[in-house]
Amino acid sequence: MSPVAGEISSYLGRRARWSPLEIAFWLFAFATIWLFPGKHLILTETAILALFALSLDLILGYAGIISLGQAAFFGLAGYFSGSVAKYGLINEPVLALIASGLVAAALGFITSFLVLRGSDLTRLMVTLGVALMLGEIANRFSNITGGADGLQGVNIGPILGLFRFDIFGHTGYIYSLIVLFICFLIARRIVYSPFGLSLRALKGNPLRAAAIGIPVNRRLVAIYTVSAGMAGMAGALLTQTTAFCSLDVLSLERSADLLLVLIIGGTGYLYGGLIGAVIYKFLQDWIASLTPQYWQFWIGFVLVAIVLVGRERVEEWTAAMRAWIVGRGARLIARPVRLRASSEQR
Amino acid sequence: MPVLETIRLEKRFGGLIATNGVSMTIDKGARHALIGPNGAGKTTLINLLTGVLRPTAGSIILDGRNITALPPHQRVRRGMARTFQINQLFLDLTPLETIGLAVSERLGLGSDWWRLVGTRNEVTREIADTVERFRLADVMHKRTATLPYGKQRLLEIALAFACQPHLLLLDEPAAGVPEAERQELLATIAALPANVTVLLIEHDMDLVFSFADRISVLVNGGLFVEGKPEEVARDERVKAVYLGEELDA
Repeated sequence: MSPVAGEISSYLGRRARWSPLEIAFWLFAFATIWLFPGKHLILTETAILALFALSLDLILGYAGIISLGQAAFFGLAGYFSGSVAKYGLINEPVLALIASGLVAAALGFITSFLVLRGSDLTRLMVTLGVALMLGEIANRFSNITGGADGLQGVNIGPILGLFRFDIFGHTGYIYSLIVLFICFLIARRIVYSPFGLSLRALKGNPLRAAAIGIPVNRRLVAIYTVSAGMAGMAGALLTQTTAFCSLDVLSLERSADLLLVLIIGGTGYLYGGLIGAVIYKFLQDWIASLTPQYWQFWIGFVLVAIVLVGRERVEEWTAAMRAWIVGRGARLIARPVRLRASSEQR
Repeated sequence: MPVLETIRLEKRFGGLIATNGVSMTIDKGARHALIGPNGAGKTTLINLLTGVLRPTAGSIILDGRNITALPPHQRVRRGMARTFQINQLFLDLTPLETIGLAVSERLGLGSDWWRLVGTRNEVTREIADTVERFRLADVMHKRTATLPYGKQRLLEIALAFACQPHLLLLDEPAAGVPEAERQELLATIAALPANVTVLLIEHDMDLVFSFADRISVLVNGGLFVEGKPEEVARDERVKAVYLGEELDA
């Protein structure tokens, strides 16, 4: 192998390796189970919001599809998981979670064809439209969804038949965190794959992407479907951990908040949704305890401040940190890959 | 057998006829040049051939099969690649990633979402060959947006080569390439295997006449003259509309 090929192979092997900061992030995330036992309810909400934001980051940060309708998938799966539990169709939460994700993914697949063409503005409108329609359908069929009263009488069975949900939300939090972590692993794998690279390419220049043989539309459909599935899992988690589901899972506000979370956290490096969710939730919690009525004023204030300071400047400040997250570091998942590469060099 | 054939190809933008009944054939292994004054419809024709634009009428035959309705990426998979007159690159990716992408797509690995990029040796080797051949190895880890224009231009050409086409459409490849790299680039194009067919769009007449074994002249969207370089050079009508005194010099 030529020296250049060797360098390329080792560079590519290094590229997807876990950095110490990433490992620390997840160790801390799991440590919160023991560190903040009294905060598990809000932490559960945070983990769910993080998963939801991760789903949007996959399409927005990597494929450049902006959406105001992620709530459609979140809400559909929320109602689905609530209904299968209520009517005893699937009593085991993990199975119900996967089924809900698949249902949301199916809706994502069908509606993906609407976002293939058009500008950012048309995409915003189309995705918003789908979510609004779904919201009204849920309102209209109140005999199934419970309408404005929400879905009552949802009984969630023990996870894997072993772990019961408790009133303090301990089980719910551990469950949500594990689901978030698994979905994150999948997203991370996708992003560092040839498929993920092709997404970044077609986000930057769809004309050229097609000119080197990338089936642009098919790739967009694929990632939109995956993203919808993840958003659906987040919605199902909310229903399962609260044993309740109401019309606000489909609201415009839910989709809009999600964009806010990604604006706070940043897009296109996977941790944006996670960090954004933590900041958003705790900001909300903290401000609401100061001024319960006007907390949205301060959320709006933060948003305006971010825009005024400028994304670029925030990105500049955090560039070193993000380069460190993405670039360097220890090996965990990429290790077998690395070993294979070096054994072939010999 | 011709590699590429167009039959009465026509493209209208409203009332404007950009391509007017072009019927041309490009033979296997040809070094075919397409010339014409500005606004003659050269780039429109390339966009029709590559599928970026749909023709208003007529058809396009590649290797004996009608590809008129095929989307761009499928034409690439059938061995037709192009470069762009104005660089069309992935500014956020590095040259290494860019080339790796084209290689992965060609080998059918592009939809692979589970394996990590670069875990296959054939991909790595091809990336290395390409970046070395186009002298991009020293900048392969830099974001494309930060590269000097000359390097970006080389990457533009390298990207089309990485698709390993048997029909290569070059839209003014030498435009804006620094003199130092120009000769190298032309040598690379000249060194293409004989079974690779090349259609070259170019303004530089020295380049056209030194490279091409067949020339088509496009005027006002229509095919004006076609023939061997010496025939085209002698043609009085061509001299009149386009080449003028350039050839006498």
